[in-house]
Amino acid sequence: MSEILLSLRGIHKRYGVTHALRGVDLDLRAGEVLALVGENGAGKSTLVKLLTGVVPVDEGTITLHGTVQRFANAQASQSAGILAVHQETVMFEELSVAENIFMGHHLQRGPFIDWASMNVQAQAVLDKIGARFKATTLVKDLSLAERHLVEIARALSQKASVVILDEPTAALSQAEIRDFYGIVRQLRAEGVGVIFITHKFDEIFAVADRYVVLRDGSAVGTGVIADATEQGLVKLMAGRAIDQIYPTIATTPGEVVLTVKGLSHPTEFQDLGFSLRRGEILGFYGLVGSGRSEAMLALMGLNPQAQGEFTVHGQRLEARRPADAIAAGIAYVPEERQRQGGILDFSVQHNISLAGLSRFARGPWLSHLLESDLCQRMVARLQIKTQSADTKMSGLSGGNQQKVVIAKWLGLDPRIVILDEPTKGIDVGAKQAVYQLIADMVAQGLAVILVSSELPEVMNLAHRVIVMRRGRQVAEFDRQSAQAERIVAAASGLDIQQKQEAVAA
Amino acid sequence: MNKLSTIRREWLLLAIIAVIVLAVGARAPVFLSWRNSMDIANDSAILAILVMGQMGVLITRGIDLSVASNLALTGMVCALVGRAWPGANIIVLLMLAMAVGALLGSLNGWLITRFDLPPIVVTLGTLSAYRGAIFVASKGAWISDQDIHPVIKGLPREVWLGLPALVWFAIIVVALTGVFLNLRRAGREIYALGGNPHAATYVGISVPSRLMLVYTLSGMLAGLAGLLWVGRYSIAYTELAAGYELTVVAACVIGGVSIGGGVGSVWGAALGVLFIGVVNGALPVIQVSPFWQQAIAGAVILISVTVNARSGRRAGRQILERASGTVERQGAAT
Repeated sequence: MSEILLSLRGIHKRYGVTHALRGVDLDLRAGEVLALVGENGAGKSTLVKLLTGVVPVDEGTITLHGTVQRFANAQASQSAGILAVHQETVMFEELSVAENIFMGHHLQRGPFIDWASMNVQAQAVLDKIGARFKATTLVKDLSLAERHLVEIARALSQKASVVILDEPTAALSQAEIRDFYGIVRQLRAEGVGVIFITHKFDEIFAVADRYVVLRDGSAVGTGVIADATEQGLVKLMAGRAIDQIYPTIATTPGEVVLTVKGLSHPTEFQDLGFSLRRGEILGFYGLVGSGRSEAMLALMGLNPQAQGEFTVHGQRLEARRPADAIAAGIAYVPEERQRQGGILDFSVQHNISLAGLSRFARGPWLSHLLESDLCQRMVARLQIKTQSADTKMSGLSGGNQQKVVIAKWLGLDPRIVILDEPTKGIDVGAKQAVYQLIADMVAQGLAVILVSSELPEVMNLAHRVIVMRRGRQVAEFDRQSAQAERIVAAASGLDIQQKQEAVAA
Repeated sequence: MNKLSTIRREWLLLAIIAVIVLAVGARAPVFLSWRNSMDIANDSAILAILVMGQMGVLITRGIDLSVASNLALTGMVCALVGRAWPGANIIVLLMLAMAVGALLGSLNGWLITRFDLPPIVVTLGTLSAYRGAIFVASKGAWISDQDIHPVIKGLPREVWLGLPALVWFAIIVVALTGVFLNLRRAGREIYALGGNPHAATYVGISVPSRLMLVYTLSGMLAGLAGLLWVGRYSIAYTELAAGYELTVVAACVIGGVSIGGGVGSVWGAALGVLFIGVVNGALPVIQVSPFWQQAIAGAVILISVTVNARSGRRAGRQILERASGTVERQGAAT
């Protein structure tokens, strides 16, 4: 066994009342890949923030190379040799790729920045990882997958002893992931300790040596990958077996309620066309950044550059403004509920009633009675766990916040509901409740578009699955033909045999 | 591709300036005379010095509305010191002006970083406070021509190598700003934190210290401009340069510096200054009434902001695969 590079003991972190990490212990050796697994909200991101010095540790010690470290800021952590490739790319769009790679440690010649050397060195790193763009390209001209490569190049360009990879493959295609595995193995061979955070079990088994499972802010299990099984890991992550989280969807789709034809945008998506039936769940699957959300925004009239033809209940819809789409009975529950979905400082009741205040009008005034009546019904129907209707939304758990956002739109009695990643960042219990809610909606005759990056979700709930890849609609599967391998292959633009090679390699 | 379009934008601005100069020159040949050119250059020089400071602030997503008050207060302090101390030489006075200006600027920076306040509110406050301080310092009196120290008056009238001293000051300030923003680490970090403040923290940029730096530099340049202004017009009083901060911001915006932060070049900002200088110089020559001059200047600002906003609007994310070869061309263009 090689030496222990990084060691965490009794790490605690609190955000206000939330106890995000409760005494985490973790060891990382030189030349190993440690998979850090856990559900959303288990504390993985918080751990990364502590290690990279973005937020301070409340309690406990971080020991690196045998010295106890207190990272005052990100600079301190970086110069100690810890580098992270973040899940959400943190980039400077207006600056060049080379400058993004060297930001914070620009190369200098004398007192001045050495642009020539920076461009040459950045290009060398990019070539090494198989990136096919110039170091002088501006980052804003790159796709999401290319930006991930820039992040990886950034980590490689610095002499790091610990590299943290936080879901680095979410937007990469299968071929790019294969190159990426090569990079991870190379780092390991060079004696770097790698912490690899991912949701994809095939990746864990392909590259990791050991694993640590986080649940509710504690490390609940650790071991060698060779001895682990997927079921075992899932059980550790969830704390219980999760077989029955999907309700049975028994509805048979009825008449067509929505038809979309030739939906295009100059840079985001091209020539999308599909129809949606009453009582149907239509899944939209694809890698992160494949243009699904952008297309849904266009449907809602929130993407002014998009062109296309929409027919709702046989009537042509000019969805130029969100109000038109809402009037046609379409509701959109956005992906980022804190930014687009709800107002955290408003009460549960005000959040629920917000989309369509005219319903509560009595003459020129708002009727508080009508408003609280709707709110009571919604809280009961969706089983929202809140102390009262006047509790601020920020005081609710992630799952219940999501229910409030959904309640807001259901209160408008829509006929078509678009749910964009409705279970992102919520725990298993809340997921189950959201799935049940979706089942109830279609049972009541609503039509649902479910945009999701979670394959089991789409496969278990949707009547049909449309797969998007790089802004194009590349495949459509009905329930009978939907197989996980085929869907993933379509989403990443690879045939199945190649994919198996990738995992086996 | 985008770099290319910003470069085109700057050439376009240069072309517009050339057209105005030639058109006005054709109608009133006096406009093209050396003397008139130097008048415009002298007026533009002080604006250019202020614009260089303001640009750094705008790039960080901030704004410094206190520059004109800072200029007037520093100018008043220099005038008072000059009156009280006849033996003062110009080097000492220049140092004094920049030190006072930098102090006033760093107060903005301190308030913004220490209390996490919005720059527009802080500098709006100091705009009034500094203006009030002039009244207190001068007791409301004017310091007129005969009381202004001779070296202060003399400096703007110097001619070095055929160009007025003010123009040399502007050239030096513009060149140093260019070096700072393009070739110094701190300068690049200013672009980075303006483009994405969140990411800047992640890569270990100390945001507060960079903000302190830009506000202090903006103040220091305002101080320098104050001394030059008092010298050029041979007067110091409470209302000196009142409202001039808006001209400064306008020149930045016309020159393509984004109010949204992260974008702006020295070359573009310098052209913005030249544009304002030429328009202000041209309107009286072709006998446009002063009221129309203001309206036209305002319209020009609105037009350029609109053009900027349109070109800067995000075209959406690049998701579709680009036609092959696009990347190569982008690489070659930069």
